[in-house]
Order: sequence, then C-alpha cells, then structure tokens
Amino acid sequence: MAVVGQVLRAEWVKIRSVRSTVWTLGTAVVVTVVLGVVICTLTRKDFDGMPEERRLAFDPTNMSFAGMGLGQLAMIVFGVLVVSNEYGTGMIRTSLAAVPQRGVFLFCKMLVATSLVFAVGLATSFAAFFAGQAALGGHRAHLGDPGVLRAVVGGALYMTMIALFSMAVATMLRSPMLSLGILMPFFFLISNILGNVSATRRIGRYLPDQAGSKIMQVVAPVNDETPYGPWGGFGIMAVWTVAALLVGYLLLDKRDA
Amino acid sequence: MIELMGLTKHYGDKVAVDGLTFTVRPGIVTGFLGPNGAGKSTTMRMVLGLDNPTAGAVRIYGRHYRQLKDPLRYVGALLDAKAMHGGRSAANHLLCLARSNGIPRTRVDEVLHLVGLTSVARKRSKGFSLGMGQRLGIAAALLGDPRILMFDEPVNGLDPEGIHWIRHLMKNLAAQGRTVFVSSHLMSEMALTAEHLVVIGQGRLLADTSMAEFIRQNSRSYVRLRSPDRERLLDVLHRAGVRAVAGRGGVLEVDGVPAERLGELAAAQQVVLHELSPQQASLEEAFMQLTAGAVEYHAHNGGRPGPGRGMPPRPVVPERALSGGAPPGGWGAGWQRKRS
Ligand SMILES: Nc1ncnc2c1ncn2[C@@H]1O[C@H](COP(=O)(O)OP(=O)(O)OP(=O)(O)O)[C@@H](O)[C@H]1O
Ligand SMILES: [Mg+2]
Repeated sequence: MAVVGQVLRAEWVKIRSVRSTVWTLGTAVVVTVVLGVVICTLTRKDFDGMPEERRLAFDPTNMSFAGMGLGQLAMIVFGVLVVSNEYGTGMIRTSLAAVPQRGVFLFCKMLVATSLVFAVGLATSFAAFFAGQAALGGHRAHLGDPGVLRAVVGGALYMTMIALFSMAVATMLRSPMLSLGILMPFFFLISNILGNVSATRRIGRYLPDQAGSKIMQVVAPVNDETPYGPWGGFGIMAVWTVAALLVGYLLLDKRDA
Repeated sequence: MIELMGLTKHYGDKVAVDGLTFTVRPGIVTGFLGPNGAGKSTTMRMVLGLDNPTAGAVRIYGRHYRQLKDPLRYVGALLDAKAMHGGRSAANHLLCLARSNGIPRTRVDEVLHLVGLTSVARKRSKGFSLGMGQRLGIAAALLGDPRILMFDEPVNGLDPEGIHWIRHLMKNLAAQGRTVFVSSHLMSEMALTAEHLVVIGQGRLLADTSMAEFIRQNSRSYVRLRSPDRERLLDVLHRAGVRAVAGRGGVLEVDGVPAERLGELAAAQQVVLHELSPQQASLEEAFMQLTAGAVEYHAHNGGRPGPGRGMPPRPVVPERALSGGAPPGGWGAGWQRKRS
C-alpha cells in the first residue's frame, strides 16, 4: 500500500530529527561494549582462581555480553521515548490528523524504530563480542564455534525485542515517566530478584528478559534446569512483546487522542 | 464542506458537545463562537477523527475523516500551536508531515516562506515564541494545499501585525473557494473576518446565521429616556404612537424614532427629561447576551455577587415591552427562535 511507504518515510524523518535517538542508542552501544570489556578483563585475571565447576561452565561468549544488563536500560529509554515523544508534546494529534489509520501509524512507527534498533544492536553485539573476546585472551571463543554466531546475532535480537516491548508499554501508558518508572525497576531489579531467588525462579524465568537472554548463552550454567532452549526463550519474549503490542494497539485505536 | 450531524460528545458525566448539526460551506469564512468550555475545540477534534463522537457523525465532502486518503490534502488544521515536538526543527516538523501524505519536499519551503519562518527553518521549535509557534502550526495546516482549513483560535498570542496577517490569510483562502472554519471568543474579531456565524454555548447550537443578518438584527440603535415622571412620559409617547420599552433602572428605550422628535414630544407636553441619549448596542454585547445563559466560567469581581465581567452592563434584549406586541423590526427574533 502506498500509504505505508509514505508513513514509513515520515517516521524515519521523525526518528532521525530528534536528539534523544542519538544519545539513547549511543549510550546503549557504549555501555554494553565498555562494560563487557571491563568484566571480561577482570574475569581473565580471576580465571585461574575460579573453582573447577565454574571454569567448566565458563561461557566466554555470554561473558562479553555482561554489559547488556545495563545497556538495555538505554534501549528501554529509546523505546519509551520514540512513542511518548508524541504524547508528551501533543504531537500525537498532529500525527494522527496526518495519518488517521492508527494501525498503520503504529505499525510504521514500530517498524522504523525496530529496524534502527536491530541495526544498532547488531553493531553493538559484534563489537561487544570481538572486544570482549580480545580481553579474555586465551579463554576466548571464536565466531565459528558451535552456537556462538547464534548467540551474537541473538544479542542484537534481544536488544531489539527489549526496545519493542518498551515501545508497546509506552503505547499503552503514554506517559514517559510512568513507562520508565515501571520498566526500569522491572528489568533492572524485580526480574533479577525473581530470577535469582530459588523460590520464585520458576516464575522468574518466564519473564521477557530472563527468557530472552537465554539466546545469548552458548554454555549452559551449572545445574541448569531451564525448560526451554535459546530460541524457545526468545519465543517466550516475543510472545510477551506481541501481547503488549496488541493491547497497545487496541488502546490507541479506541481512545481519544 | 464539513457537515455535522447530531454530533455529541460526553466525557464521563460531562456533556461537552450536545447534538450539533450544521454545515460549514466553501467560499466563505465561517466563525465558530462560544465562551470558554463551550465545546469548540472538542468539536474540531471530532472533525479530525481525533476524538470519537458519543453520537452523531461528521462528514467531509461526504466521507469520514479516517476514510480520506492523504487527509492533509483535504483538511488542514491548526488546533494547538504546541502540538509539535520541540526538539525538532521547523523544517523537519513539516517534512515528516509532508512525507506522510506524499506531499513534495519543495512545498515545505513554500509554506515556511508563506508564514515568514524561512530564516528559522533549521531552528528547533522549542525556542519559538508563541506567535512563531502559531505560524508554524499555520504552515502545517497549509502544507497539503487543502480545500478545507480549520483554525482553533488562530490569533492567540499574535501581535497586531500577526492578527492583521491572519485575517487577510483567512479571507484570501475563502476567496479562493476554500472552506474556512475558525473558532474565536471574540465577536469583534469575527465581525471583521467571518461571513457566517455558528454560535454554541455549553455544547449546544445557539445560532447559525450569516454575519450580515446577525449585525442587522443585533446592532440595534435606540434612544434612552429618563424622566422623574415616568408614567406621564409613557402616556405621552403612547398617545403619539411611539412604542417604549422598559430598560434597567427605570429608563425607557425607544427604537426607530429619532431623539429630536422624542425631545420635542416631551417639551410639547412639558414632561421633564433627565436623560435623552441615542445609544448603540455593540455586537460584543449581543454575543454576550446570547451566550449569557451558557457561560460556564464566570469571572467574579472581588466577590461581589451578581453578574461579573462576563455580563453586559445592561441587557441588550429589553426587559419587557410595556406597550405590548413585538418590537418593531423583530429585533433578535431570528436567533431567539433558534435557541429553543
Ligand atoms: N479530554 C477531556 N476530558 C474531559 N473533559 C473534557 C476533555 N476535553 C474537553 N473537556 C470538557 O469539555 C468542555 C468543552 O471543552 P472545549 O475545550 O471543547 O471548549 P472550548 O469551547 O474549546 O473552550 P475554550 O474557548 O476555553 O478553548 C469543557 O467543559 C471541558 O472541560
Ligand atoms: Mg478551545
């Protein structure tokens, strides 16, 4: 449909013409790569002192993504701002007057932002991998090793899905403060707590980030009893995201702008 | 052409727009008047499909807004000068709107030039003054060269030169055969620009009339008379076949008879007059009177009871004709009928 092409171009103009795009995505790249390198460097120094079982389960690929936990917060900010920039400013009324088919509007906005995040995510993921492996020295993994390429591309997919989930939540909630106030503590604290306390781990591992991050693992941790594989986990994350998008779309379509 | 058919909007218990039915026609400027909270902005949002009507419908050249392909080419609207992202430059703001409706990029520079913002095209709109923001909003409305233009209080925040400019812009757009629908609180402003008037109060239609007709009916001139011997004066006037109407505070008002003649009549019968003065009721007073019952947010002067500044100093509609019968010329009859 011709209209979709026009709206995609419009959304691209929007996204490239605000500063928040550059600084949020830039922060995500820098934090993820730098923190990954720092942790890989420290790990190499500690490696010989580690207990046997941890050395056996050592996952150099996943180690280079250690910065992702913090870097994803910048991705969340990006996702939230892409949507709530419209609401915070009243731009949404101008936008919906120009594109009254709200489904088309939402789809195009998400597609443009998601494509951009995926491109940035791929660059980040490969940069984090190569820099991290270099820092690990002799304990490094190679891109050709089984499962490694999947984990590296998976890093980009994970970042993309986190951003998309954030966009969906912001579409539901509209307010940037409310969206960030829920997403940030959720992904940074609550999900971690639920996933690390044994009593709640069974539930915790079905949360979007916990399930999705499985795709970045090459070697399973000790005593791993996760009932899904890397793609299964990513699928769980995708289901969460699709559900959030659906609710966001239904709300956008029904309510007054 | 915009057609509203029984358009109604409830926000919870609040009825913002109540069964509006009228048509905005091409080729003229139609003024949309009403006091604060009357429902003007809500009506305009519904025209653009932004708010969903509780009942009724809006048709633009027979179609619902959401059915329009490239709607900016049909309808250009300025609803709120702040409806843009402050971090985006003026040119980029217009470019994203142009892209979404397949409007060529060159048109962006054209409209920027038209509203006089070429020199700040690359500046972020956050730093714009109220008037510059308003101009950018107007540029966005003109972008698609639409047949219908809708402006919500466009003179807000404009300096006298800006007001003059927009007045001419609206008239020119209408002269080109476009439909121009513009809201305002100011009757005097509309008297200068609009050819047709739609007045609402508390969401309901109060008047739908041509400006000329409204002026003819409402710019009433009359003579005010005050006498210590009011009964005798009435008697004298009555015998001379002059119809007097009681105004506030014991004054009498007479339509259609020159002050000279009234003075001579009183002198002939030796009635003492304390006042004999020709009066002209302003359109603003007529508008306030029309909407007085529908003003939601009255201002109050220092807690003094009674009507505040939102009310005319004196009722334009005479309190009651003493001599019976309809007043000559049927003043106000037109719109009064529409109120019920
Ligand atoms: N989103 C909303 N939620 C609840 N009430 C609303 C909403 N929008 C408008 N209203 C109410 O509807 C009524 C009409 O508001 P509207 O803004 O349309 O009036 P208006 O004629 O544009 O007034 P003004 O001249 O002050 O701009 C007001 O009482 C307002 O409080
Ligand atoms: Mg308004």
